[in-house]
Amino acid sequence: MSDVVNPPESNESTATVPLKPIGKVLAVTSGKGGVGKTFVSANLAAALAKLGLRVLVLDADLGLANLDVVLNLYPKITLHDVFTGKAKLEEAIIRAPGGFSVLLAGSGMVEYSRLTPEVRDDFLRIMNGLTPHYDVVLLDTGAGISDVVLFAVSLASEVIVVATPEPTSLTDAYATIKVLVGQQKRQTIRMVINQTARLGDGRAITVQLQQVLDRFVATDPARPVKLVHMGDIPADLSVRQAVMRRQLLMQTTPSCPAAMAISQLALKLESSVISPNR
Amino acid sequence: MLEQQTSTHPVATNTSSPSIALQQLQLDNACALLDNSMLVALPPPHDSPTGYLQGLIDGLCELSLKDPLTGLSNRRHFLSVLERTIDGVARSGDPALLLMLDVDHFKRVNDTYGHQAGDVVLQAIGKAIAGCVRPMDTVARYGGEEFAVVLPNCHVSFGATVAERIRATVEALVIPVSPSLSIQVTASVGGAYAPEWVRSTASLWTERADLQLYRAKSEGRNRVCLDHQQEIYVSAEEKNLLFGHLALGEPAWIESVSGEVPGASALGAAQRVN
Repeated sequence: MSDVVNPPESNESTATVPLKPIGKVLAVTSGKGGVGKTFVSANLAAALAKLGLRVLVLDADLGLANLDVVLNLYPKITLHDVFTGKAKLEEAIIRAPGGFSVLLAGSGMVEYSRLTPEVRDDFLRIMNGLTPHYDVVLLDTGAGISDVVLFAVSLASEVIVVATPEPTSLTDAYATIKVLVGQQKRQTIRMVINQTARLGDGRAITVQLQQVLDRFVATDPARPVKLVHMGDIPADLSVRQAVMRRQLLMQTTPSCPAAMAISQLALKLESSVISPNR
Repeated sequence: MLEQQTSTHPVATNTSSPSIALQQLQLDNACALLDNSMLVALPPPHDSPTGYLQGLIDGLCELSLKDPLTGLSNRRHFLSVLERTIDGVARSGDPALLLMLDVDHFKRVNDTYGHQAGDVVLQAIGKAIAGCVRPMDTVARYGGEEFAVVLPNCHVSFGATVAERIRATVEALVIPVSPSLSIQVTASVGGAYAPEWVRSTASLWTERADLQLYRAKSEGRNRVCLDHQQEIYVSAEEKNLLFGHLALGEPAWIESVSGEVPGASALGAAQRVN
């Protein structure tokens, strides 16, 4: 009984770290791989940085990280060195071309593809170290619904699900949403539909997902689940070119339809999520 | 607590000072509380007044966490244990189980044999539950005839065994409510494992266990229902509804952009093949 009065000293390194990360942490996830999750994370970060926000993108796809490939950055010190204690957190943060900061996973992170207590601990430590210094931290998570992905998403105050109009992508996005609602009790999930063919396609997809969700998953009227459509990114050949050149779309062709859409998305996120009271 | 007390007493201005004049403090109520309680003993006389006060405060704190009828943890203590456990689960990933137990048709016991008999039943059940679990587990009286058990570090494959042991023990219990009368009751048990993600809350956890308790009641009582992490499964019906009604166009850039950008037709062709 007296342990409530005098909590015993825990030997865990995170014992003094608050569990709930502060600040705006946005997880970008997808269900299916190859829908442009990392592309969206990187370019959205550039667009948010352009609005004057301090942005950091964390490569949270620990096992199969791709952010380095997308940004064409290969730093000497990575998240792996921070996890293993070889480097300090601030040493691993680098400046990306788009005016934001990145923390890259680096190679040798395969052992972090399983959610061990150490991985949880490292994640929590790093998130708590990062959030005070940025207006927004974007977590570029891995594809799928592994426990590492789910844990990374659970660190975020907001979730953005990226999907394309393809049936396989929609099915996997739906499965992801189902898990986030069922296991993490998320009530708001933000949707970004990438590679849409026509104006309005993305909204139609979000409405459709919402209807199926209401019918099969969010059946409790006391706890409604809202899919918020944040925007479409139209299919745009400039995207492919920027990706192949390994450059940010926001820098190569900032006025192409897809880049404009990402700028819109950044504005909408800024006003509704990051600083809604401004 | 000591700070507040001393600030109103000019004699004892420094909490670290042993020169607290005990006779100046109004400790009668506190002493009477501990003295009358069967749960916590009055602190023994101490060499220093500070030591005695500390003992008194510790005793009051302990008392404030206990249910007076059963001596189990009360709801206040239970909630703090729940918060601490959920924190530990998010950090370690070790599974933790919450069981909610409700005595079946308890109102009948009260109505038939009187409230004193009802109290005896609650005490007996509380003791029985505590005997079914490990010392590290927390057994609490949640309220009325509802009990709660928090089992940290309880492997998923053992949850049903523990819950069933508790249910069977309660069922087998013969409770003497008067010299000439013994009665038996049953209980329904609902349980849920702690959500292992960072932003989960104690109230969500309780809610899930409660839902299972409700299920156990509605399925006929005297049974155990545990919440199982749902399988991630998207049915054919769901899949059909997902995109069955969507009339989405072909990605427009395959046709329309090809003339504008050199090399685009090659990329477009590659896309079409895929």
